[in-house]
Amino acid sequence: MIEIDLDKSELRALNAKLHSLDGKTGEKSFKVVNPNGKHNIAVGVDGELDITIEGHAGHYVGGMNKHANITVTGNSGAGLAENIMSGVVRVKGNASQYTGATGRGGLVVVEGDAAARCGISMKGVDIVVGGNVGHMCAFLGQSGNVVVCGDAGDALGDSIFELNLFVQGNVKSLGTDCEEKEMDAEKLAILTQLLDQAKIKADPKKFKVYGPGRNLYNFKVDNAVL
Amino acid sequence: MCGIVGLFIKNPAMEKSLGEHLSNMLIEMTERGPDSAGIAIYDGGASAGTVRITVLSTDPDYSWEQFKKEVRAVFGVSSKIEMNSNHAVLILQAEARTVQGWLKQNHPELYMTSSGTNITIFKEIGLPVDVISKFGIRGMSGSHALGHTRMATESAVTTSGSHPFSTGADLCLVHNGSMSNHNRMRRTLEFHGVEFQTENDSEVAAGYLTWRLQEGDTLDEALERGFEELDGFYTFAIGTHDGFAVVRDPIGAKPAILAETDDWVAMASEFRAIATLPGVENAKIWEPEPARVYSWYKN
Repeated sequence: MIEIDLDKSELRALNAKLHSLDGKTGEKSFKVVNPNGKHNIAVGVDGELDITIEGHAGHYVGGMNKHANITVTGNSGAGLAENIMSGVVRVKGNASQYTGATGRGGLVVVEGDAAARCGISMKGVDIVVGGNVGHMCAFLGQSGNVVVCGDAGDALGDSIFELNLFVQGNVKSLGTDCEEKEMDAEKLAILTQLLDQAKIKADPKKFKVYGPGRNLYNFKVDNAVL
Repeated sequence: MCGIVGLFIKNPAMEKSLGEHLSNMLIEMTERGPDSAGIAIYDGGASAGTVRITVLSTDPDYSWEQFKKEVRAVFGVSSKIEMNSNHAVLILQAEARTVQGWLKQNHPELYMTSSGTNITIFKEIGLPVDVISKFGIRGMSGSHALGHTRMATESAVTTSGSHPFSTGADLCLVHNGSMSNHNRMRRTLEFHGVEFQTENDSEVAAGYLTWRLQEGDTLDEALERGFEELDGFYTFAIGTHDGFAVVRDPIGAKPAILAETDDWVAMASEFRAIATLPGVENAKIWEPEPARVYSWYKN
């Protein structure tokens, strides 16, 4: 375990060190202390590393992550795990806006609440939120899964393509073309597996699932303004 | 970009360290706006029948002694004039409107930063750390305060273009974002008698609230109406003589974090500003929803 104190060493030096490792040989395990809300911590990691950030991180923590397992023990700022490719990024507190935005793979876990636009334009990532999500969750998402153990804000799943949105609590409103779906065996299996992977305790049977109405795939002349 | 912070003290024992805490918060936001900084502090308030008005001069050789003589000649020898760097805080036995009219006519070279009974605003070009030290903000006490660090986008980097903006008695606004309809709104408000000192869009938002409050709206009602009438991306933190409010535009485009404990309520553009406060580890922390008014008032 290598400890890096961001009160004493430069963030760029930390990120350069992390970029130089593949996790197969050499150092593998890192602890970052005194993050104090700094931005861009552990961005662009491309190796099988275990990184724990002790405290609160700023914007874009774990962005573009590939392979690494990153944990923030406090809260995180906007753009948590933005464009994540693979690996796991976990926040034990709350996350700000755009969690997992455009993510292509991997798993993002927020044990507390995630704010607005969680999973915006997601393209394959799985996101599990222990608490609530804000407005416009998964807006324009293409594929992947979002699990919300609490409530969802306004316009859930607006203009989504192929997503499963599992919500246990209340949904304030559904976005355009988002509708409730039947929780079939296949979807229940996905949800059960995601809760298990995320290590979040919840009863999958208490969730509802929402998905695309698929009414936006084709141009409708009736909607055109002539 | 801009960084904004606000702190509303609930536990009176903490009021003496308001300036210290707000300073720490504002310095954390330096990277969001290095052009200028400003602080509005609300303390106990002037005694009955008095008004408190803060003016600043950007002329380093300004003849403050002459100005003081004139103020005492017009408003009486009991007039209090407290100098703080290039700002003068006037505490006078007079009506605010009378003092404002006198200043406008006789000292148009001075810029009025605030007017009311318990508000004082200090603002200057430069980094928050320098502005805080220049005015001795750390030593100030009070019940609530707002701070702003500016990255100028729509009007010039000047002392008068620095936030916070105050357009009415004890009303103050700090803003992160940009307004779209401020020019037309400024003309509308001028028609209703609101006066502006700059070309800045945020001053228009402050002027809008002043107008609505004059029309009888509560602060919450004025902000609700603002969602319909103020167009643009914004997060506002607003102070009144006894209240503190935070709103985000209906899309929630600009960042904001709120935190509350039994001792205080804090607002900031980023969490790291709030991380400096005592007891933050047990605070309730959340992001305000768009188009929802969050407000707190002194009992």
